[in-house]
Amino acid sequence: MLNSANDQPTLISLEDVQKWYGAFHALKSISLSVRKGEKIVLCGPSGSGKSTLIRCINALETIEEGKIVVEGQVLDGSTKSIDAIRREVGMVFQSFNLFPHMTVLQNCTLAPMRVRGTSRTDAERLARKYLERVRVLDQAEKYPAQLSGGQQQRVAIARALCMEPKVMLFDEPTSALDPEMVKEVLDTMIGLARDGMTMICVTHEMGFARQVADRVIFMASGEIVEEAEPEVFFKSPKHQRTKTFLGEILAHH
Amino acid sequence: MGPIGENEFFFLMQGLKWTVLLAIVGFIGGGIFGILIALLRTSKTKVARRITAGYIGVFQGTPLLMQLFVVYYGVALLGIEVNAWIAVAIAFTLHASAFLGEIWRGSIEAVPKGQTEAANALGLHYVSRMKDVILPQALKISMPATIGFLVQLIKGTSLAAIVGFIELTRAGQIISNQTYRPLLVFGIVGAIYFIICWPLSHAGSGLEKRMAKAAR
Repeated sequence: MLNSANDQPTLISLEDVQKWYGAFHALKSISLSVRKGEKIVLCGPSGSGKSTLIRCINALETIEEGKIVVEGQVLDGSTKSIDAIRREVGMVFQSFNLFPHMTVLQNCTLAPMRVRGTSRTDAERLARKYLERVRVLDQAEKYPAQLSGGQQQRVAIARALCMEPKVMLFDEPTSALDPEMVKEVLDTMIGLARDGMTMICVTHEMGFARQVADRVIFMASGEIVEEAEPEVFFKSPKHQRTKTFLGEILAHH
Repeated sequence: MGPIGENEFFFLMQGLKWTVLLAIVGFIGGGIFGILIALLRTSKTKVARRITAGYIGVFQGTPLLMQLFVVYYGVALLGIEVNAWIAVAIAFTLHASAFLGEIWRGSIEAVPKGQTEAANALGLHYVSRMKDVILPQALKISMPATIGFLVQLIKGTSLAAIVGFIELTRAGQIISNQTYRPLLVFGIVGAIYFIICWPLSHAGSGLEKRMAKAAR
């Protein structure tokens, strides 16, 4: 654990969230609260609902029942609440989703200019600051396709940071990367965690979980099965499903 | 048989001027309305999607010649006095907007979902999401098909002759009637169409090949 977040205010809370895809019950009464500065790692087998869960937080997915509150803003489906929440929540995707027709710099300046009304000069200053932080500043004038996967993902992190979010959501950020590029992205995320960013990461990188997570949450079949501090989680998981999952995933690492 | 001299050639060039102008007006008008059609066709509103689907269906499912007739005589029936040029420009705009709208709808849908999601996650609104993120990528995807349609449109302008419009083909017909040299005249007319259309088609397929390579 990098810092004690116990005395920090709650930044995100989910109460009894339910989601269906047609007849498929994707999220089953999920309740979760995340304090400011907390780092949470979400893991679980594929199809367990972990990506769906974080995508509900910034309204990329809608929920059928329950309540999501981010920084005091209730997500009620209105454009106003969605805008307010997306301004505070940054997201990094498995497949980077950089805008291929824009340079790295333009990728980073678009949202601050369009959403926050930042001037081009200020947006570029901001972009350079965060590109420097993720160590891709020298690639600022290139297009995403000219970059390696690891560099692209770091640009995606910088792009999200340019909106100066209070929370960062990571949706399997290293799953699409070649093994030798995983570390550079994880190092960037660890740096971010050290600086006190509130983070929710869907990842199977258990080394990362051990190193930075305040809490590890294990999901299966749309439910939170178990949550614990990493040490407890890895040493003495309570549920059989957690044990099986850990057995499988740790055998690979 | 009469000779084909400077005057005849000049007359053909006058026709060519109208052919090119009609194609440009149809393409620009059709482009502007086509973007609207494509956006409505991919919007969240069901009614907008239905109406534009109907519009596209009607204009793709009927001959351009009939569309020209309907607009030309239809506008007159409404009691509005318009010259052939305006009526034909309206008809071509409607026709092109349906086809371009459908081409661009497909291209908008071909842009990966992740692009919309990333734009949404960054808090970008519809206008910026479309203008800055989706449309630039969609237009690039659509280039081969768009150019292909432009070629069709250029050749389609010959149908404007039917409502008395003297474009290239009609000009050729008039010269042919005067000179009694139909093969020669229409040979020249055909060559002129070819000189305009072939480089466009060629550029279109070139683009397609380049894009296929880039996608690999």
